[in-house]
Amino acid sequence: MHDVLRTRVNDFAVKLANVNGTGSASANSLIMQAIFRMGIPVTGKNLFPSNIQGLPTWYEIRVNHDGYGARALDYDLMVAMNGQTYKQDVQEVRPGGYLIYDSTWPLDPSLMREDIIIWGIPLAEMCNTHFDDPRARILMKNIAYAGAMVAALDIDMGVIEQMLDEKFAGKQAMRASNLQALKLGYDYAKDNFECPLPFRLEKMDANGDKVLIDGNTATALGCLYAGATVAAWYPITPATSVMDAFTSLCAEFRVDRETGKNNYLILQAEDELAAMGMVLGATWNGARSFTSTAGPGISLMNELIGFGYYAELPAVLIDVQRVGPSTGMPTRTQQSDLLLCAYASHGDTKHILLFPANPNECFHFAVKAFDLADQFQTPVIMLSDLDIGMNDWVVPRIQWDDSYRPNRGRVLTKEDLDNGPKFTRYSPEDENFVAARTLPGVSTKGSYFTRGSGHNKFGGYTETPSEYQEVMDRLKKKHAAAAKFIPEPDILRREGAAFGVITMGGCNPACLEALELLERQGTPADYMRLKGFPFSDVVEQFLAEHEFCIVVEQSRDAQLKSLLTLETAVPKEKLKSVLSYSGFPLSAAHVVKGILECLR
Amino acid sequence: MPSIAKPIAKHPTLQKNALGLTIRDYEGSMSTLCAGCGHDSVTAGIIRALWELSTPPHRVAKLSGIGCSSKTPTYFVGGAHGFNSAHGRMPAIAGGAVAANRDLTYIGISGDGDSLSIGLGQLCHAIRRNLRMVYVIENNGVYGLTKGQFSASSDIGSKSKRGEANLMAPIDPVSMALSIGATFVARSFSGDKEQLVPILKAAFSHKGFALIDVISPCVTFNDHKGSTKSYLYTRQHAMRATQTDFVPPQHEILAAIGTNGATAVTMHDGSVIQFKQVPKGYDPTNRASVMRFLDEHRASNQIVTGLLYVDPNSSDIHEMKQTSETPLRDLPYDVLCPGSAALEKLQEEYR
Ligand SMILES: Cc1ncc(C[n+]2csc(CCOP(=O)(O)OP(=O)(O)O)c2C)c(N)n1
Ligand code: SF4
Ligand SMILES: [Mg+2]
Repeated sequence: MHDVLRTRVNDFAVKLANVNGTGSASANSLIMQAIFRMGIPVTGKNLFPSNIQGLPTWYEIRVNHDGYGARALDYDLMVAMNGQTYKQDVQEVRPGGYLIYDSTWPLDPSLMREDIIIWGIPLAEMCNTHFDDPRARILMKNIAYAGAMVAALDIDMGVIEQMLDEKFAGKQAMRASNLQALKLGYDYAKDNFECPLPFRLEKMDANGDKVLIDGNTATALGCLYAGATVAAWYPITPATSVMDAFTSLCAEFRVDRETGKNNYLILQAEDELAAMGMVLGATWNGARSFTSTAGPGISLMNELIGFGYYAELPAVLIDVQRVGPSTGMPTRTQQSDLLLCAYASHGDTKHILLFPANPNECFHFAVKAFDLADQFQTPVIMLSDLDIGMNDWVVPRIQWDDSYRPNRGRVLTKEDLDNGPKFTRYSPEDENFVAARTLPGVSTKGSYFTRGSGHNKFGGYTETPSEYQEVMDRLKKKHAAAAKFIPEPDILRREGAAFGVITMGGCNPACLEALELLERQGTPADYMRLKGFPFSDVVEQFLAEHEFCIVVEQSRDAQLKSLLTLETAVPKEKLKSVLSYSGFPLSAAHVVKGILECLR
Repeated sequence: MPSIAKPIAKHPTLQKNALGLTIRDYEGSMSTLCAGCGHDSVTAGIIRALWELSTPPHRVAKLSGIGCSSKTPTYFVGGAHGFNSAHGRMPAIAGGAVAANRDLTYIGISGDGDSLSIGLGQLCHAIRRNLRMVYVIENNGVYGLTKGQFSASSDIGSKSKRGEANLMAPIDPVSMALSIGATFVARSFSGDKEQLVPILKAAFSHKGFALIDVISPCVTFNDHKGSTKSYLYTRQHAMRATQTDFVPPQHEILAAIGTNGATAVTMHDGSVIQFKQVPKGYDPTNRASVMRFLDEHRASNQIVTGLLYVDPNSSDIHEMKQTSETPLRDLPYDVLCPGSAALEKLQEEYR
């Protein structure tokens, strides 16, 4: 479904096929960032293998002047740098599109296509003549194809040079060789082909003061600004970069200038069971604490998530979802941890969830997660995913309100204990069914036993049915009360809409674009993007208002649809599904097709 | 766990510690363990040690896993916060707690099932992190709470109540801890309060992870003939390798140094562990020699007890990680938040 519109300015898609571990990532992000700096809406998606070196990896860049940033499915330009995948890559170019390959080696004639234009550039040969160091030859080949792209797409050379200046400040030799490689590719393209291509770039002013940032970095920033001091984790893709970012942020912002001491402690745990335990130990003791993980880690954390729920301890978990079940596809994206997280742990448990849709929300929802965890004294799970977490997104600059103060919830001080009535842990409750807690080390008057075993409203051990139930019933009400404090869904109504489309998280860009396309085709639909769980009245109302709703999500088993069916009054028959669980980010085309099928 | 509140009948003549508190102020609820359970004696030892040290009850944090042993924090220092966690997970909970507040006195109570099977990994890593805490394994060679299964500390040939012999080699927490760099390692016997209390006191003054393996017989499931963790067997085979006195800081050292090559170890806070008696050639600060000694005595079925190894220069997790002297949980928010200007500046990098 290629579109003639795509042969225009600032509206096309490029795919780069590389071998992982060869340094292509920096060339690809150079291009992506340059387009961003030219003020043009752009998205980059890294489709990479679970491997360190030698396997196929792709990078997709989509440019769209209207700001649609979902994954595009057909490509105007393919930069085919991986012999292993030529065959597939050549096929993916749209008819009339272009392909760049390294003509140092002849292209197998069987791979030729009549309906596309093929540019052969002797990238390896050029780099071998101009660079001596074998490693540099490989790396510079990437920069050289980037140079060809600069010519082909009309990327502003001034912008690129500025970026190289920043990147290699103080490393003149590096800057010079990068520029040289860039020029090799650029000049070759200019001298041998008609540049620029029919689809090309032109400076815009659409990015304002937006930033280009990945969700994991933004999440780490959120944890920093929320005042988290204890972090515990076990390495896992795609969550590792949350803690990597938090570590470097702490090194920059959390070292006391006078004493040189660290105002944080990051514990690399022995596994996720321990990471979760550390978080609970730290919050029990009054620190703000979090862990970042992915599905396999959440599976391991289950026992203690239930402990946190029942003993009412705050905890923040960042789940950067990847493809399950089991090890699944660690470098691919999905939303299939939803039900696991909603009801994590044995027994009757329910958790507060947040669904950021982009890195900007990752920041704000991370802060929110800490406030909710403290306010409701319970684990809060933020469900990010690999697409949001590891890809660079163009998002509004993150704003911080300096008047923010953490909501630490109901915590009694020594004075409260000295002057107040006798302290009991799980009563009296406030209007949100939360009771005050005390911290260790403050006063013997606040002492109590935190336990995962049956307890009554005073915190004492119990096996008495009514006492046990009383606490469990309050916990249920407490969870429901949190609905009011969860960010309200984004709702977008369209004139004449006959049904609603519901989604969450990283499906947002594809859905927004799909709904626009559908409207143009005469099928307007209302839209609701959920931002968390438990669901509020607004969600109930949207469901009630529509004859039926289509839930778009990235899991095989329609987990969001299930959750809505379980946790709202909507009759099951009123919900239909559009699912995507291939592991790649969602495209608008997929959503349009799915919705039209639902309507048939 | 069920517990019964004790009547608060203060005896006027009870001796007071430096805080003016009597030993009763360090008690907790009434134990609901089986009469004669070794764990209750360990509880009594802990109460005495903390009272003698005059540790303010509210500055104690007591943690445990799951098991009969893990129930016992309810029975001591009622004025302290307790955390009865999940089976085998106490070391991690303690890790987080210690991270958040470096200023409290931490004691963790565990069992041989809790620490050597389900929680073995966490125990090892807590040792490696050298969390500043006292970690007591109430070791009865059996799963008490689930009614008598063999644990990982059951000796080869030791018989269950039903007469079945254990065929697998035991995990000895003492040797294990030494082998992975533990900085304070002791073994004692619940029936030997005279030995246990000074060890506990020394452990509380240690800057790091202090592991105490206490043989603590289970009268209900593992105190029969043929068991190597019974009272009788332990009494017959225990060998007090070292005997220690603990001298708090600023106290005059009164006891004469013992004869058998005895030595005194000064701890980081100025307190002194006096080894009244050690075997000839035994150096409690030399890991290799201690390990050799243990191996030799294990071969002859002797249960070596005492404060076996101490590294007085130990550095705990906070020292290793250079954490702020102010407990992390007490740092004001202004110190923690870089503010809007910093965020603005930082985002220039994301352009
Ligand atoms: C995850 C989990 N598995 C199993 C149990 C059941 N369980 C409770 S206590 C225990 C063994 C306790 O043995 P030990 O630590 O030696 O304590 P003891 O009762 O002997 O003092 C087991 C297996 C549990 N509570 N949690
Ligand atoms: S079963 Fe054994 S360990 Fe448990 S309380 Fe009874 S004697 Fe103690
Ligand atoms: Mg046991």
